[in-house]
Amino acid sequence: MRTLKFLLQKEFRQIFRNKALLPLLFVVPIVQLLILPLTADYEVKNINIAIVDHDHSTYSQKLVAKIGASGYFKLTDYTNSFNNAFKQIETDEADLILEIPQGFERSLIREDEQQLFLAVNAINGVKANLGGAYLNRIIADYNTDVRLEWVQMPKFSPIPTIEVTASNWFNPSMNYRFYMVPGILALLVTMIGAYMCALNIVKEKEVGTIEQINVTPVKKYQFILGKLIPFWVIGIVVFSVGLFGIGWLIYGIVPVGNLLMLYAYLAVYLIAVLGLGLLISTYSETQQQAMSVAFFFMMIFILMSGLFTSIDSMPRWAYVITQISPITYFIEVMRMIVLKGSGFANIQNHFLIMIGFAVFLNGWAILNYKKTS
Amino acid sequence: MKQFITFVKKEFLHVFRDLKTLLMLFGLPIVQIILFGFALTNEIKNAKIVICDYAKDNASQQIIGKFEASRQFEMEQSMLSHQQIETAFKEGKIKMAIVFPANFNKDLLHQNKAQVQLITDASDPNTATTLSSYATQIIMGYQNDLLQLQQLPYRINTEVRMIYNPELKAAVNFVPGVMSLILLLVCVLMTSVSIVKEKETGTMEILLVSPFNPFLVIVSKAVPYLALSLINLTVILLLSVFVLGMPVNGSILLLYAVSTLFIITALSLGLLISNVTASQQSAMLISLMGMLVPSILFTGFMFPLENIPYPLQLVANVVPAKWYYIIVKSIMVKGLGFSAIWKETLVLLGMTLVLLAVNIKKFKIRLV
Repeated sequence: MRTLKFLLQKEFRQIFRNKALLPLLFVVPIVQLLILPLTADYEVKNINIAIVDHDHSTYSQKLVAKIGASGYFKLTDYTNSFNNAFKQIETDEADLILEIPQGFERSLIREDEQQLFLAVNAINGVKANLGGAYLNRIIADYNTDVRLEWVQMPKFSPIPTIEVTASNWFNPSMNYRFYMVPGILALLVTMIGAYMCALNIVKEKEVGTIEQINVTPVKKYQFILGKLIPFWVIGIVVFSVGLFGIGWLIYGIVPVGNLLMLYAYLAVYLIAVLGLGLLISTYSETQQQAMSVAFFFMMIFILMSGLFTSIDSMPRWAYVITQISPITYFIEVMRMIVLKGSGFANIQNHFLIMIGFAVFLNGWAILNYKKTS
Repeated sequence: MKQFITFVKKEFLHVFRDLKTLLMLFGLPIVQIILFGFALTNEIKNAKIVICDYAKDNASQQIIGKFEASRQFEMEQSMLSHQQIETAFKEGKIKMAIVFPANFNKDLLHQNKAQVQLITDASDPNTATTLSSYATQIIMGYQNDLLQLQQLPYRINTEVRMIYNPELKAAVNFVPGVMSLILLLVCVLMTSVSIVKEKETGTMEILLVSPFNPFLVIVSKAVPYLALSLINLTVILLLSVFVLGMPVNGSILLLYAVSTLFIITALSLGLLISNVTASQQSAMLISLMGMLVPSILFTGFMFPLENIPYPLQLVANVVPAKWYYIIVKSIMVKGLGFSAIWKETLVLLGMTLVLLAVNIKKFKIRLV
């Protein structure tokens, strides 16, 4: 126990003496947490639309006005030529083109039927789909307006209409920051834990000081605990600053669920993540190697964590990969406890899985760590 | 010149002798481009939903059938109470619940008006919005089926054409994004670390007292990574065309030229980081912690950049990957020529020049 105390003293002193490292450990995550949640807004608004009007009739103008008034669309061009509009798509100034054919008004009234043409920049498929759907809704509305002008509708709607009402649970104002802040906080804590732990041990290897520790009577577990505990503490401190300082004070996210449970989960999670860092360090000789390996896993874990894209949409094999990444579970649990107020019964499986990760990763790392070179 | 070649040779040897790093250097882009090319999509498929059908009549069954047939949704068991729905949400099992009130079909037939309630898990608002929009489309589709039985006057039909990506493949959007991300991060990481490493182990001192021009010492460090990155780029392009089915509609030569410029930008950034840091740890933390998530978000392939607050759009402008992403999309997918991307190229060129100038200014021959 005494040995461990001295080792911890050594580690903390090393960390706090490094004037270049400390700001990186605390300031970088906090600045990122302040800024990044603002960027992840998927709500499709301000869709840029170019309208090609070959008709120039009262009706076509009404349609244009209706689109402009909807709030979703920003008219970037109103021309006579499709080529002009297409140029705007090429330069990304417009996302979609609506083409109103010549004789739109006339044939709508005389022939009861008329076509409109819509061309959507579909590089980002989802945006294209949503943009198209919004515009279709507006056109359908417009269609009803036109119909009302000509046909006197009876008081009760003669056609069956289904009203769809949506209620948004857990986040009624649909504030995407509520979703991003806990997620990004989880990513940052993970990166600090895994990178720092991996680099710290390899650094001792690279500089050669590990030899000095290896020849002392310090036990394997003492050395490893001495390395894990400081970063575990730092992880918890950064998490708390992020959750209360930024999440609560600045973004106004008040955790709904039990904080004690959240911290219990964080504690287990950090052990698992530090175990990953430890494991990487036992397999690398230089910091460059450790970092490359850590970067490899982090990038996969982060992009597939379900924070940025939906996990359910992935093919089966990719889904399996997301399930062997601890980050996926942590982000889920963060959301469940902070936003939905899930209880222990709801997340006990997550707890068991994370304990499994912690035991497995640390066990492997300890087995693989040798005091002899 | 001969000296320079010798130095470059030395650097290549450094790189090639460290097999683990080399494996990462090449393995990483390959694995990631394939992984993300197939796995990442911002489309939402197979979202788990539950149906709470109080009506159990013809109309509700038909709508449920439509949901079952769509690939966006995956039905879990039906539930009968709001209590159960809440538990399912809290366990994180489902994304949306659809509630049909009792007498749904009766209301629809006799009063011509019926209601469906969608309950979404808005703790993930992006998914929630998309899902309720999909669901509304499906329900409206059913309504239109009913309408078609009676012909309405004054119909406006819309014909929609998806340009550039008619099959709406996610890879078309994600491959250019992941490409810029990987090239940027790998280059920055590798150069920044390799120089700081010499500082840390003390060999930099030896290089600096050699008769060789000190600045060229640094340049020769960047050369192997430029070569390796170009090989990487080739591998990524081959994979994305032959495995992921990405088009290359524009000039491949132009793509290579601009990519080389982008790689040099990234290398200069790496040099700058190595210039201002003293230990590998700080260099890595800056290039990994500091850059990974911001690059993902500011490149613009995950979330539309035009949605973010204006000051942050300005911040996004200093991320080189943002400009490269636009260029790659323009050349590969849209098949445009240089006239369409000269602005973005100029920005990258400007960034490179500024970075290099700062590097020269900051570069010190003495370490302490």
